[in-house]
Amino acid sequence: MATKIKEVFFNPFSKNNPVIVQVLGICSVLAVTAKLEPALVMGISVTAVLAFANVIISLIRNTIPTNIRIIVQLVVVATLVIIVDQVLKAYNYQVSKQLSVFIGLIITNCILMGRLEAFALGNKPWPAFLDGVGNGIGYAIILVVVGFFRELLGSGTLFGIQVVPQALYDLGYMNNGLMILPPMALITAACIIWVQRSHNKDLQEK
Amino acid sequence: MKALRKFLDNIKPAFQPEGKLSKLQSVYDGFESFLFTPNSTSGKTGAQIHDSIDLKRTMIIVVIALIPALLFGMYNVGYQHYLAIGQQTAFFDTFLYGLAAVLPSIVVSYAVGLGIEFTAAQIRGHEINEGFLVSGLLIPLICPINTPLWMIAVATAFAVIFAKEVFGGTGMNIFNVALVTRAVLFFGYPSKMSGDAAFVSTDSVFGLGAGNLVDGYSGATPLGQAATNVGDTLSLTNIVGEPISTLDAFLGLIPGSVGETSTLCILIGAAILLFTGIASWRIMLSVFAGGLVMSSVAYFFATPAFPTSFIAPIDQLCYGGFAFAAVFMATDPVTGARTDLGKFIYGFLIGVFAILIRIYNGGYPEGAMLAVLLMNAFAPTIDYCVVNANIKRRLKRAKAQ
Repeated sequence: MATKIKEVFFNPFSKNNPVIVQVLGICSVLAVTAKLEPALVMGISVTAVLAFANVIISLIRNTIPTNIRIIVQLVVVATLVIIVDQVLKAYNYQVSKQLSVFIGLIITNCILMGRLEAFALGNKPWPAFLDGVGNGIGYAIILVVVGFFRELLGSGTLFGIQVVPQALYDLGYMNNGLMILPPMALITAACIIWVQRSHNKDLQEK
Repeated sequence: MKALRKFLDNIKPAFQPEGKLSKLQSVYDGFESFLFTPNSTSGKTGAQIHDSIDLKRTMIIVVIALIPALLFGMYNVGYQHYLAIGQQTAFFDTFLYGLAAVLPSIVVSYAVGLGIEFTAAQIRGHEINEGFLVSGLLIPLICPINTPLWMIAVATAFAVIFAKEVFGGTGMNIFNVALVTRAVLFFGYPSKMSGDAAFVSTDSVFGLGAGNLVDGYSGATPLGQAATNVGDTLSLTNIVGEPISTLDAFLGLIPGSVGETSTLCILIGAAILLFTGIASWRIMLSVFAGGLVMSSVAYFFATPAFPTSFIAPIDQLCYGGFAFAAVFMATDPVTGARTDLGKFIYGFLIGVFAILIRIYNGGYPEGAMLAVLLMNAFAPTIDYCVVNANIKRRLKRAKAQ
């Protein structure tokens, strides 16, 4: 049992990563990763919502009538998203403004419905919680990596702090404007998939 | 020649599967087939189709067709430079300055592109082929002369990896590699790829040239001037304020990206490509037709809101990268349409979109690059529709009988 619990938590990090293996939640990877800070906040928000939604659905999984379970899931997720949104507005207004509608759009994030349907409805609260946290972190890792490269190469900063030295700019270096544009988020994510698949032979399709 | 053959034969064993350098087998193979015709061609008997043309020959002919535009581009770089600093120079000095200014970017583009191609071929165990010979020369020709070399290197690397190698290498790419390079530069480093400071080299190169700019100097290209024009009339000037005529634009002594200014030299290249049958006349003709139609419509409805529409239709075809895109970019057989009818549609739409973007999108003074890339994406769809229409037509005929 212990190994199963471990797998539930660690598999989403790499082998069963929601973004780069299941290719879910790509929209927010495009939208919020131009800077590192919103990407990190988004990753934490999704992790929180996913973990608690998984626990709540798992707790009431035996009382939900099957034919209205999607509506129940949506109500739970929407409630949690509103809480996260309010917390962000209260404690980190700047980032909340940058993320704008994308916090609200966590409701439509495919990872959430996918985990609720596939895992929380058939498992006890503790594994469901770990599954939620694991998938949330798996999602956050990709967001942070993509955000890191996009902010570093596109703006020369990390968390808004200048990291590319001025001397380099004086030599003629310039930030790449393309990295700020959404297409490069896809290409960066594609590079991560490339690296991951060349390391994991069992993920390669024939 | 014999000595070279002997040398190659001598070092051959090392590159065989058991040899010391077996990992570099395709490098050896590439050089051998580049220098000598391979002995093992398909048999003279049997049901093979024989053609004297192969990839190597195709690529070399396109490179030859690019030479007039390249040489003129070099001369023009020098000409614009000495015009800007108000010096009279001999023909040879002018050309030498241009040569010194353009050569580094050609070297960088070839070194980076071929380096990646060779590496990719070794990793995959593929043969090295001549696919990058043309792209590597096209890249410096479609970039402004002041593009920093490291930017060309970055963009070339990006384009070769993400527009070519990930799709499977030469002949498998969806988008034109040279144009993807330019698009990466254009969107990544817009300040170096457009505006008044990009197209005329005003600094000294390797100790050649240099001087103070003359009064009234402006590095804006004709299309750059047109895009920012205000009022009901439009008069385009060269970099020292003298008006330019259609003939100037046709001959190409105007500021612009290195190889694209001279429509005459591009047409010489077009003649070579058409005479040898390398490029499709259908695509070339229909690009010009599309451009002519769209610019005539725009000229008829010319308004000050879109000042580029005041340029006469025939001038539209001479300015900017339109002719270069029509002759060398649209006709790329890998990324273009394959069916005969499809080629007409594909080319016509490139012409229309190039002028459409140029005139009605204020943000982009030139649209040829974006038009070709856009139609690259649609070429398979066009072919699919043409082929399916043909199948339907023939099925109908079969049923009628």
